[in-house]
Amino acid sequence: MKTVNHKGWYFVAPVLVLVAFNALIPMMTVVNYSVQETFGDNVFFWEGLTWFEQILRSDRFHAALGRQFMFTALILLIEVPLGIAIALSMPRKGFWVPVCLVTMALPMLIPWNVVGAMWNIFTLPDIGLLGYFLNHTLGINYDMTQDPVAAWVTIITMDVWHWTSLVVLLSYAGLVSIPDAYYQAAKIDGASNWAVFRFIQLPKMKNVLTIAILLRFMDSFNIYTEPFVLTGGGPGNSTTLLSIDLVKIALGQFDLGPAAAMSLIYFAITLLVSWLFYTLMTKDDQN
Amino acid sequence: MQKRSIVPIVYILFLLLPIYWLVAMSFKTTNEILAGFSLFPQTFTLENYATIFTDPSWYWGYINSILYVSINTVISVCVALPAAYAFSRYRFLGDKQLFFWLLTNRMAPAAVFALPFFQLYSAVGLFDTHLAVALAHCLFNIPLAVWILEGFMGGVPKELDETAFVDGYSFPRFFATIFVPAIKAGVGVAAFFCFMFSWVELLLAKTLTAVDAKPIAATMTKTASSAGYELGLLAAAGTLTIIPGAIVIYFVRNYIAKGFAMGRV
Repeated sequence: MKTVNHKGWYFVAPVLVLVAFNALIPMMTVVNYSVQETFGDNVFFWEGLTWFEQILRSDRFHAALGRQFMFTALILLIEVPLGIAIALSMPRKGFWVPVCLVTMALPMLIPWNVVGAMWNIFTLPDIGLLGYFLNHTLGINYDMTQDPVAAWVTIITMDVWHWTSLVVLLSYAGLVSIPDAYYQAAKIDGASNWAVFRFIQLPKMKNVLTIAILLRFMDSFNIYTEPFVLTGGGPGNSTTLLSIDLVKIALGQFDLGPAAAMSLIYFAITLLVSWLFYTLMTKDDQN
Repeated sequence: MQKRSIVPIVYILFLLLPIYWLVAMSFKTTNEILAGFSLFPQTFTLENYATIFTDPSWYWGYINSILYVSINTVISVCVALPAAYAFSRYRFLGDKQLFFWLLTNRMAPAAVFALPFFQLYSAVGLFDTHLAVALAHCLFNIPLAVWILEGFMGGVPKELDETAFVDGYSFPRFFATIFVPAIKAGVGVAAFFCFMFSWVELLLAKTLTAVDAKPIAATMTKTASSAGYELGLLAAAGTLTIIPGAIVIYFVRNYIAKGFAMGRV
C-alpha cells in the first residue's frame, strides 16, 4: 500500500517545472494564435472561433485526417501481430539473444531524417537496391514518385522496418518474465500451442503490449520527418499526413491562425484516442 | 537450427538490407552511384569519410549532437528519479492526474511546437545553444523516464526503504547509496530511451539551432542541397549517425529485456 504523503509534490517539483516550461508556454502561444488573425508586424486581430469552424469544415483537413487514420491503422495492424510473432519465435537464452536484440534495435536509433533519406536511396528505381530489384529483376513497374499506391506501400514498409522492433522488444520482455513452471503446468494439462499463447503468454504480455500500442499510436499519429523526407507528401497529396499538412499551412503559407487551430484539434484527437485506449486496456486491472 | 528461428532470421535480414545499402553507398564515389546499379562498391573509396572527418562544419555536427543528447539524458534521468519515487511510493493530491498529464506531453505533435519553441527560447536567450535543445527534448523524455523508472521502482519491495530508515539512514543517503543502485537496470533502460529519442529527433533540434549547436542530422539536409546531390557523402554521414546508437545499445543489451520484465510496465 502506498502511504498518503503530500510531500510527494516536492519530489515531482523539478519535473513539473521543466515540463511545464516546455509544454504550457508554447501551448498558450498556440492557443493565442488560434483565436487571432495576423498580417505580420505583431499586429493581431481577435477572431474568436472562426479558425476552428473553418478547419473542422474544410475538406482538406478531413482528407488529411482520413489518410492519417488509415496510416496509423495499417501500421498498427501489421506491426503488432508481426512483433508478437517475432518475439514468440526468438531464442530465450544463449549467445543469439543479445545479437538479436542489438540488431533489432538498430533501426530505432537512426535519426528520423536519415531513415527517410536511407529509404529514398534504397527505393530509387534505377540505382536503389529495392527499386532496381523490383523494376529490373522482377519487372514490376515501381516508382513511388509517380504512383500513389507505390508511395503508400513504401511509407508503410518503412514504418514497419523502423518500428516493429519496439513491439518485439517489449513483447519479448514480457515473455521472458514468464516462469518455466507455467509452461510445465501447461504441458501436463496437454495444452495446445494456441492455448499456451492465449492463456499464458498473451495475458503476461498485456501490460507491455499496452505500452507498445500506445507508444506506436502516439508516435505514428504524429509522424512527420520520415514521410516528409521520403515522399514530401506526394505524389500529389496522396501521402500528405496530418502533420505534413500542418507544417505546410504553418510554415509554408504562414497561416498561423488556422495552423494553430488545427494543431489544437489534432492534439485533442490524439489525446481522446489515447485516453479511450488507455482506459479500455487498463479497465480489467481495476476490477 | 530449429524451424522457428527462420522468422527472426528473415526479419533481421529485412532490417539489415537498407542499412547495408547505405553503408555500401558510403564507400562509393558519387559518380559511381549515379552511373548505374552495382551491388558492391566497384571503386572502393574512403574519400566521403575523409571529407567528414576533416571538415569542421561536418564533424562539429556530431559533437553538437552528442553534447545536447548527453546533457538531455543526464537532466531527464536526474529529475525523473525523485519524481518516479514519489509516484511509486506516495499517494498525494492529484498524483494520477499529474501522471496522465505528463504522458500527454508525448502526444503533442512536435510540428505544432516548432514555432512557439523558437520564440520561447529566443526570448530567454538560449537560442542556438546545446542547453536549449537539451531542455526542449525534456518535454518528451522526462515523462518517458518517469514512466519507466516508476515501473522499476514498483518492483523494489517497500521493506527496503523501511529497513534503511530504521537503520538510521537519512533520506538523501538512502536514496543515493541504496535505492538508486537497487534499480540501476532501470536507470540504464531509462537513460537508453532518453538517449535514443533525443538522438533521433530532428524537428525541434533544427528549429532551436542555427550555427553553434547545429545537429549532424540538420547539417546533412543543408549540405546535401547546397553541394548538389552528393549521395556518397550523404550516405557516409548517415552511416556515422548509426554508430553512437549502436554503441549505446550494445552496453545496455542485457538490461533491456530483463529491465522491462522486472518493472510493472
